[in-house]
Amino acid sequence: MMKSSFHRLLGVAVVAGTIGLAPAAFAQASPEMMADTCAGCHGTDGSSNGPATPTIASLSADYFILSMKDYKAGKRQSTVMGRIAKAYSDDDIAAMAKHFQTKPFHRPGQKVDAAKAKEGKALAKKYCESCHEDEGKVGEGVGVLAGQMLPYLQYSIADFLDGKREPEKRQKVKFDALMKDKGGREAFEPILHYYAGVK
Amino acid sequence: MFMIDRRKFIAGVGATTSTMLAAPHVARAAGARVVVVGGGPAGATAAKYLRRADPSIEVTLIEANKDYYTCFMSNEVLSGERTLDSLKFGYAGLAKAGVEVVHDLVVGIDGAAKVVTTQGGQKFPYDRCIVAPGIDFAWGALPGYTAEAAEKIPHAWKAGPQTALLRKQLEAMPDGGVFVMVAPPNPYRCPPGPYERASQVAQYFKHHKPKSKIIILDTKDGFSKQKLFEQAWAKFYGFGTDKSLIEWVPASKGGKPTALDVAGMAVQTEFDTVKAAVINVIPAQKAGKIAFDAGLTEGNWAPVNKATFESKKIPGIHVLGDGSDAATMPKSGYAANSQGKVTAAAVAAMLSGKAAPTPAYVNTCYSIAGENHAFSVAGVYTYDAEKNAIAEVQGSGGLSPIDASDEDRKREVLYAQSWFRNITADIWG
Ligand SMILES: Cc1cc2nc3c(=O)[nH]c(=O)nc-3n(C[C@H](O)[C@H](O)[C@H](O)COP(=O)(O)OP(=O)(O)OC[C@H]3O[C@@H](n4cnc5c(N)ncnc54)[C@H](O)[C@@H]3O)c2cc1C
Ligand code: HEC
Ligand code: HEC
Repeated sequence: MMKSSFHRLLGVAVVAGTIGLAPAAFAQASPEMMADTCAGCHGTDGSSNGPATPTIASLSADYFILSMKDYKAGKRQSTVMGRIAKAYSDDDIAAMAKHFQTKPFHRPGQKVDAAKAKEGKALAKKYCESCHEDEGKVGEGVGVLAGQMLPYLQYSIADFLDGKREPEKRQKVKFDALMKDKGGREAFEPILHYYAGVK
Repeated sequence: MFMIDRRKFIAGVGATTSTMLAAPHVARAAGARVVVVGGGPAGATAAKYLRRADPSIEVTLIEANKDYYTCFMSNEVLSGERTLDSLKFGYAGLAKAGVEVVHDLVVGIDGAAKVVTTQGGQKFPYDRCIVAPGIDFAWGALPGYTAEAAEKIPHAWKAGPQTALLRKQLEAMPDGGVFVMVAPPNPYRCPPGPYERASQVAQYFKHHKPKSKIIILDTKDGFSKQKLFEQAWAKFYGFGTDKSLIEWVPASKGGKPTALDVAGMAVQTEFDTVKAAVINVIPAQKAGKIAFDAGLTEGNWAPVNKATFESKKIPGIHVLGDGSDAATMPKSGYAANSQGKVTAAAVAAMLSGKAAPTPAYVNTCYSIAGENHAFSVAGVYTYDAEKNAIAEVQGSGGLSPIDASDEDRKREVLYAQSWFRNITADIWG
């Protein structure tokens, strides 16, 4: 189980372990009350109609929590989430993480370049699949790539490569290998078309 | 190992939460009737989320028009970036959610008998009523500007034919013409809206009528997202130079209009007469007419309990969206959508004899000020019971940074378009 050793997640795990213990948790707004406020940007129950804002339905709770805390701490580049995440306590974030984890990720099918997607599928198998399993649908600790909005995936890769978002160590090793073998940043493009197009 | 332990732990917490939520209703709201007046963002959201909260509630939504045209993104129609048709939404989605949709104009709400009456003569009894009438204009606040004058000098502050009219006038305007916009006094719907509009029109002029000019005559001395707008105007439209496409005249510099000469196509200010080829007057605003007729207002707006949006004037009636006095939240589509959900949860609880749940609210508003250039304001709010106020969570929210990169401004354009698609689907989809 390689996922269990993503060291950045361990810190989150410790904090998440404190949830049910805080008595204040019962005075807060209900998970759905808080989560429903996100729908204006992320779509009803967290499933986005695009073109860019990501779907947050079905994200694993640990990845959701990590994302919100990174936004809150300014550790992860964002246009708006940093401002929003700052409003929520650890308890709030944990409650919303639980809520969104159970919501289905709707994949009506995004328009992608079919030739690129075909090329990307082979590359993904070699460079990404070990962590982004089952066509990128399984996202324990890594986010969901399957059917995720293409511009958002492109922004995310750009941010990883430009040092605006910290990649996990072994993820970075794979990124470097991909770029070395296949000629630089452009190599991500077919892979992202492949993942975005997964239904 | 550690991961597995933690997952179990989270599962345990989850179980506690869901038991709480799944607790059997003490008294279900079975068969309770709710009548919603107005099918804009506030009313339509409340209707839809009420059905989600408790499908045993019978929800009837009464809306005057068959189609709704969103004001949001209507400035992009003025620049030709969007079609008016792309702003059009029907009510089939609500019907599918089990909401009974009636197209008629509500002319009376009897809070004692609990009956809503329409122009078509229908009567709708209710257990609770939700009123979301949007805004009306304070005609006469600018002498010369009347409902009739708006057929020649559009406000385009309710989208639809008015938007089409203003677009047509801008298209017909010769290069070198002057476009005058009269910006409204606070409070009004969409605080950054007039300035986004000026930006969009400037974008159109820049490409099609570069010798033209935009003059904003303002009743105020400052406005929402001002620094961000001025930065964008400088970047794209020469703001601050003598070649600027946009000139903003604040009240303190004589910008306040005192009268409108409809026949002469001119706006009178304290010191000046400004002639124009096209004029857009955004009038002063107040709650929609039915709120006044039903006795729900105090001053220009309807006072409410901010946790439930129940009227402070008439019990059993909830007023939300632009027409209510939820002043700390701007009058925006996002706020209306958010308030719709708070109201739905409160009404569902109250109908089954329970206390309204703790509310949570969010507002965001994107402005597209130029090509690949947008910014936003965001706010997360909680309820302050002591002051009956919607309070912004300290240290959160606020504006896109003034020093954001070009890349971020560009991303915000795509995110603004995503917002439009997601919020409209959440409301009417
Ligand atoms: C140019 C412009 C740009 C904007 N941009 C944004 C933006 O980017 N983001 C944002 O969040 N907001 C934006 N807004 C603001 C947003 O449009 C409003 O805040 C929002 O529409 C308020 O929703 P509401 O449901 O309260 O009222 P409304 O949208 O006005 O809806 C009221 C509805 O009630 C109906 N009605 C009224 N009286 C009766 C009656 N007696 N009987 C039956 N039906 C009735 C009306 O027909 C209408 O459909 C913008 C506004 C403008 C003008
Ligand atoms: C104004 C629109 C807006 C609102 C409101 C909003 N978000 Fe976001 N969210 C975004 C955008 C845009 C991104 C991409 C990052 C960025 O640029 O800010 C994002 C990214 C995220 C991500 C990262 C997804 C991933 O796959 O890594 C999470 C998690 C998230 N948002 C959660 C939330 C939650 C929870 C709420 C409600 C409390 C919320 N958002 C409200 C716009 C919004
Ligand atoms: C060694 C494991 C690993 C490999 C291999 C890997 N990733 Fe990831 N990926 C992660 C982790 C962990 C994250 C979460 C990073 C964070 O936010 O801290 C992630 C996040 C992402 C995200 C952001 C998702 C979101 O919702 O924001 C994208 C996009 C992504 N990976 C693409 C790829 C691509 C493309 C490849 C193959 C070239 C790849 N990854 C290979 C572990 C991996």
